[in-house]
Amino acid sequence: MSLLVELVSPERVAYSGTADMVICRTTTGDIAFLPGHIPFIGVLATHPVRLIRDDGEVVIAVHQGFVEVSPPDEEGRTRVTILSDVAELSDAIDVDRARAARAGAEERLRTDPGDPEALSALRRAEVRLSVTDAA
Amino acid sequence: MPGAQERVLRRRIGSVQNTKKITRAMELIAATRVVKAQQRANEARPYAEHITQVIQDLSAGGAEADHPLLRPVEQVSRVGVVVLAADRGLAGAYNSNVIKTAEREIMAARSEGMAYDLVTIGRKAKGYFQFRNYPITASFEGFSEKPTFEDAADIAARVIELFTAEGGCDRIVLVYTRFISMGSQEVVVRRFLPLETVERIAEQGDAEAVAGFEFEPSAGAVLESLLPRYVESRLFAALLDAAASELANRQRAMKSATDNAQELILKLTRKMNQVRQDAITTEIMEIIGGAEALADDRDEPGELILSRLDSDPFPAHVGEHHASGPDRI
Repeated sequence: MSLLVELVSPERVAYSGTADMVICRTTTGDIAFLPGHIPFIGVLATHPVRLIRDDGEVVIAVHQGFVEVSPPDEEGRTRVTILSDVAELSDAIDVDRARAARAGAEERLRTDPGDPEALSALRRAEVRLSVTDAA
Repeated sequence: MPGAQERVLRRRIGSVQNTKKITRAMELIAATRVVKAQQRANEARPYAEHITQVIQDLSAGGAEADHPLLRPVEQVSRVGVVVLAADRGLAGAYNSNVIKTAEREIMAARSEGMAYDLVTIGRKAKGYFQFRNYPITASFEGFSEKPTFEDAADIAARVIELFTAEGGCDRIVLVYTRFISMGSQEVVVRRFLPLETVERIAEQGDAEAVAGFEFEPSAGAVLESLLPRYVESRLFAALLDAAASELANRQRAMKSATDNAQELILKLTRKMNQVRQDAITTEIMEIIGGAEALADDRDEPGELILSRLDSDPFPAHVGEHHASGPDRI
């Protein structure tokens, strides 16, 4: 018995498959889902989401969004849906661009350490890079 | 030498033919793009459905939020009109239909003594309202054929700001063209903000809501961060619909332009042939007339030019027999 995982971005369904465990970070802390989890809705933080599968691990960069665990369907399968504006699988990430974005954000933070846009840009770039390192 | 009129006609046929080539190419491009636009609209549907589903679950979980986006209005004193038109013309009545509807909406607001804010999307809408001196609060352009979610998010942020600002709009309507099928699109005016109550949104979903959800951090907090996403997703759906409608309209307009060009070419070609015939006839008449005039100087008046020719211009084929030719009688 495994989880059905769907990663839905506004423009398309970015990923659809199964996993044994899904680990993600909500605004209040990390949480892992196993098959049969109680129905759950949480707000995601900007952090990689890990799907543990038999054949390894899939890591997805998720920049905020929601995670919903639906109640089991007729066959008793638990569905995990991740709704996110920006959700990228590791192979869809442009490493050079992420590095450039990180450098640019760090540069801006040096002149204005409190710049919220630069802070979130840095955070996004770091998540992207951490995902590609893991892959 | 071809006559002057014939030359003019020949040139016009050439130019119409070039125009036809262009409209034909635009028709084909629009046809392939409209398929892609429809596909994008379909791909965007799961997200919208899931968001509605989550709101449904939240509603079942007893989330009651006093969110500014849900704030119902008793007294509307300022409306916002968001009009979704195209960046480019050559799409038949697409732009003028949606713009006229938006203008009527503004007129109605004005006649009821309400102030209004106008948000234009697409270069054509901006041009129209700017030229007529309507105050434009915000305008977006450059993506009407292929809107991305970021575009939708930008517009949504601006529209939400208009709605939530102190003394801002009490109601925001969206004027856009709904894509029903390739053959039919209609201009619709939709209430965009404030949102319906959570329960009303939940009713639109088709799945059964099940209670017993756990929320993190809390139902209210989830709803709070979910509603802006819901607004974005609704706007994005409208943008995609408008894009598909624009392309379908353009395809239709360009198809009829191509057909008209073909018809015009036919007409002009007929006219040109007639003019050429006339010119040839006139020329022959002139030659004959000239010869006749010369003949008049000679001894035998009234003689036909044909009898002056050395030989019969149409000699009978005597004794000549083609093996494959039909037998002469």
